[in-house]
Amino acid sequence: MTLTATSFDWVRQLVHRESAIVLQPGKEYLVEARLLPMAQQLGCAGVSELVETVRNHPDPAKTRRIVEALTTNETSWFRDGDPFTAFTSTVLPQLVAARRPDERLQIWSAACSSGQEAYTIAMLLSDALPNAATRVSITATDLSRQMVERTRAGRFSQLEVNRGLPATMLVRHFTRSGNEWEISPTLRRMVTATECNLAAPLPRLGPFDVVYLRNVLIYFDLPTKQAILTRVRQLMRPDGWLFLGAAETTLGVDDNWERVVLGRGSAYRPRKGA
Amino acid sequence: MRALVIDDSRAMRRIVGTILKDFGYEVREAGDGRQALDVLQEGKAEGWRPDLCCIDWNMPVMDGLQFVFAVRANPEYRQVTLMMVTTESETGQIVKALAAGAHEYLIKPFTADALRDKLALLGLLPEEVSA
Repeated sequence: MTLTATSFDWVRQLVHRESAIVLQPGKEYLVEARLLPMAQQLGCAGVSELVETVRNHPDPAKTRRIVEALTTNETSWFRDGDPFTAFTSTVLPQLVAARRPDERLQIWSAACSSGQEAYTIAMLLSDALPNAATRVSITATDLSRQMVERTRAGRFSQLEVNRGLPATMLVRHFTRSGNEWEISPTLRRMVTATECNLAAPLPRLGPFDVVYLRNVLIYFDLPTKQAILTRVRQLMRPDGWLFLGAAETTLGVDDNWERVVLGRGSAYRPRKGA
Repeated sequence: MRALVIDDSRAMRRIVGTILKDFGYEVREAGDGRQALDVLQEGKAEGWRPDLCCIDWNMPVMDGLQFVFAVRANPEYRQVTLMMVTTESETGQIVKALAAGAHEYLIKPFTADALRDKLALLGLLPEEVSA
């Protein structure tokens, strides 16, 4: 059953009332996609039925879930700050000391989505290293061509830049372009975006000094996780650093990694001789 | 944690206030900068001082930027974190607000998650919420 105009209108008004966010006409697909899991969970035949149920039997918990489902999808900048704090405080100084000044540091943002992680790293590097633009290259990969193109464009909506990007960094590294914000050309040139399926043999990339592979492994079964970690390790320098998502670990998955506690989080390094 | 939400729109005060309350904040409200200074003054008598002020820019009587200047001029409120929450989204305005002493800047409209991200950046998100 497709979403009726009345249901869409009700949801539109609810979301606007509760969050001030405007769902433009034409976003029916978004309402369908985001509310379908909730509809199924509550045993409704479809999204319109869910909306009718909540309309006829107001329930604050359910209305809140509807609003949240429709307003939470933008990727954060500095998402889970720990891997970035650890990067600037521990990882980067060690790498700079260990590498020749003319050696380019290579960083990989695997599963880059629309590029927030890659550009967060670029911003941190440009603040920390005077010659970041020539000293570092960042590879951003994603399975989705659309996401790769978005990363290449380096343009973000107002809602996207609102997600955890410090205002000082927004004004320093972005310029307004119509309704969007565009990353500075210097930072955009530091990032090379390309398509890559982590679950298949990887293209020739790297060797990487740092890999951000966050919130990816959670989607795969154990053998695939193992295969991905093996392939990633083969693209890393022996003294490289791997950052996983807060809920992910190599422990019990692949013994060829050593866990290093860094502040409130942790990173993984290829085990010597592995 | 305590917050003062300053906005001439009652609906917006309710939206921001509700999110902050969900994060465990005790919230007071003011409809413009002048009223907000009064709330601070009244709070002083009872030992109530906000950790955070969420400040709209365009308001009658005293606008958000004037409020930021007024608060920053008073050393008593040095510890209070000031965040603009406004539709004003030009780079020049953000720079102006930060130069005046605002710590952060959130552009309307925003999601609960966006506010939460900003609070996390500012170290103003209670541990149980940030977990």
